[in-house]
Amino acid sequence: MLKKIEAIIREDKVGDVKDALRDIGIVGLNIFEIRGHGRQGGIKLAGRSGTYQVDMLPKIQVNIILSEHNLEDTIEAILTAAYTGASGDGLIFVYPVEEAIRIRTRERGQEAVMYPGDIDERKGQVRT
Amino acid sequence: MPVSINSGDTAWILVCCSLVLMMTPGLACFYGGMVRRKNILSTLTLSIVFMALIGVQWVAYGYSLAFGDDIAGVVGGLNFLGLAGVGAAPHPDYGKTIPHGLFAAFQMMFAVITPALITGAFVERVRFKSFLLFSLIWATLVYDPLCHWVWGKGGWLGSLGVLDFAGGTVVHIAAGFSALAFALVIGPRKGFGKSPMEPHNIPLTVLGTGLLWVGWFGFNAGSALAANGVAVNALLTTNTSAAAAGLVWMVLSWLDGRPSTLGIATGMVVGLAAVTPASGFITPLAALVVGAVAAPLSYYAIRFRDRRGLDESLDVWACHGIASTWGMIATGLFATVEVNSVGANGLFAGNPGLLGVQLVGILVTMAFCFGVTFGLAKVLDLSIGLRVTGMEEEVGLDISSHGERAYS
Repeated sequence: MLKKIEAIIREDKVGDVKDALRDIGIVGLNIFEIRGHGRQGGIKLAGRSGTYQVDMLPKIQVNIILSEHNLEDTIEAILTAAYTGASGDGLIFVYPVEEAIRIRTRERGQEAVMYPGDIDERKGQVRT
Repeated sequence: MPVSINSGDTAWILVCCSLVLMMTPGLACFYGGMVRRKNILSTLTLSIVFMALIGVQWVAYGYSLAFGDDIAGVVGGLNFLGLAGVGAAPHPDYGKTIPHGLFAAFQMMFAVITPALITGAFVERVRFKSFLLFSLIWATLVYDPLCHWVWGKGGWLGSLGVLDFAGGTVVHIAAGFSALAFALVIGPRKGFGKSPMEPHNIPLTVLGTGLLWVGWFGFNAGSALAANGVAVNALLTTNTSAAAAGLVWMVLSWLDGRPSTLGIATGMVVGLAAVTPASGFITPLAALVVGAVAAPLSYYAIRFRDRRGLDESLDVWACHGIASTWGMIATGLFATVEVNSVGANGLFAGNPGLLGVQLVGILVTMAFCFGVTFGLAKVLDLSIGLRVTGMEEEVGLDISSHGERAYS
């Protein structure tokens, strides 16, 4: 069973999160530069005369497609790396994935999202 | 009276002419950084187009309306049409030691930047064709006569004794109050007050600030029309006022949160606008007061304008109109003949009468510029329309008016 993690994180935490994911063996990921706001509703910026409210803040969305049995390890890694404790740390969403197909090899499913030296190979898990 | 060209004076005013020319693209950058990215080319164009438009108008008839032989104190005659007879020989009233043609060129640069200042009022929504027509008529009906009133030989405000060294009335109050009138007629940008309209490139605004400050040395010190002590004094007062206003603005914005870059840059320009009319008549120490007082006046004028829900988008009224109104008053307070023997004494030098004369100059300029601009904008709005369509505004004027994008 494949899952998709969609993590909305701070712009300045991209490096930390990327490193943490690489350390546990999550090889493939995409990031998007996005803008938005959550419960905090934006921040105040200094203007010409006093401050003003900006509601759309730059954020980074990290997308990862992975096997369900690696989900919790990966979430934990992101939670640790993206955490500051202040408002605006972000959110993680998890979705089921219908299918994954690697274009070069036509591999499908779990095969399509496995890489040499990834989290499964490190755990010594046999490919199924 | 024998007249002779002084090469030092001539060289200096040639340089000043170039410095003031540079202020218009400087202003374009200053304004351009403060609009949204979809309107940057449009905003730049609204300023730089005046180098072309007034560059032609001034030679054709603008200079003559402003500085031609006086007609009843109201306007210049047509004797300098096409700069006829404006050549290498000095004019007895306009720079005795420099060629008359150089005076006309130096004044042209003022005529170029003044309408460019107004454009801050209506960026991001003005129809380019209507803007061009408005600008040409404004230069003809407002700038040229006003320039004659204050600086033309026989002009009625100048004859009254109004002191305006480098354009507090002619340039800054004129631009500020015309901007206010135009903003009232054209109305706010779509979405104004609902979502923040963030400046898209503050570094560009900082670059513009630098070009303006340097250019302002030409503007104010050049207005001495000679390389002399008055010019040096004007350069010092100009720098001092800009410095003081930048510093005070920084403190004001710090007290409200953080010392904003955009705020400090704005404060500097406000200090420059404020000292303009006074620069050749007051001491550098008085300029410290001029700048320091100008900053809170303009700072809170922006707040006031914002609270009234008026979209005078880049605060031409608050930054130029209000600052230079104070500068004109300050001239009436601090002017001294010790600085400039052809000037006058102000209140603190024992001549309270000057203050009254200055107030007449201020009020006449405000009423004339606001009134004519309001009427002109209204007529254009009801006939050919001042604004682009709602969809053109949403797409942005770079694409919809000019068919280009700045960043691809």
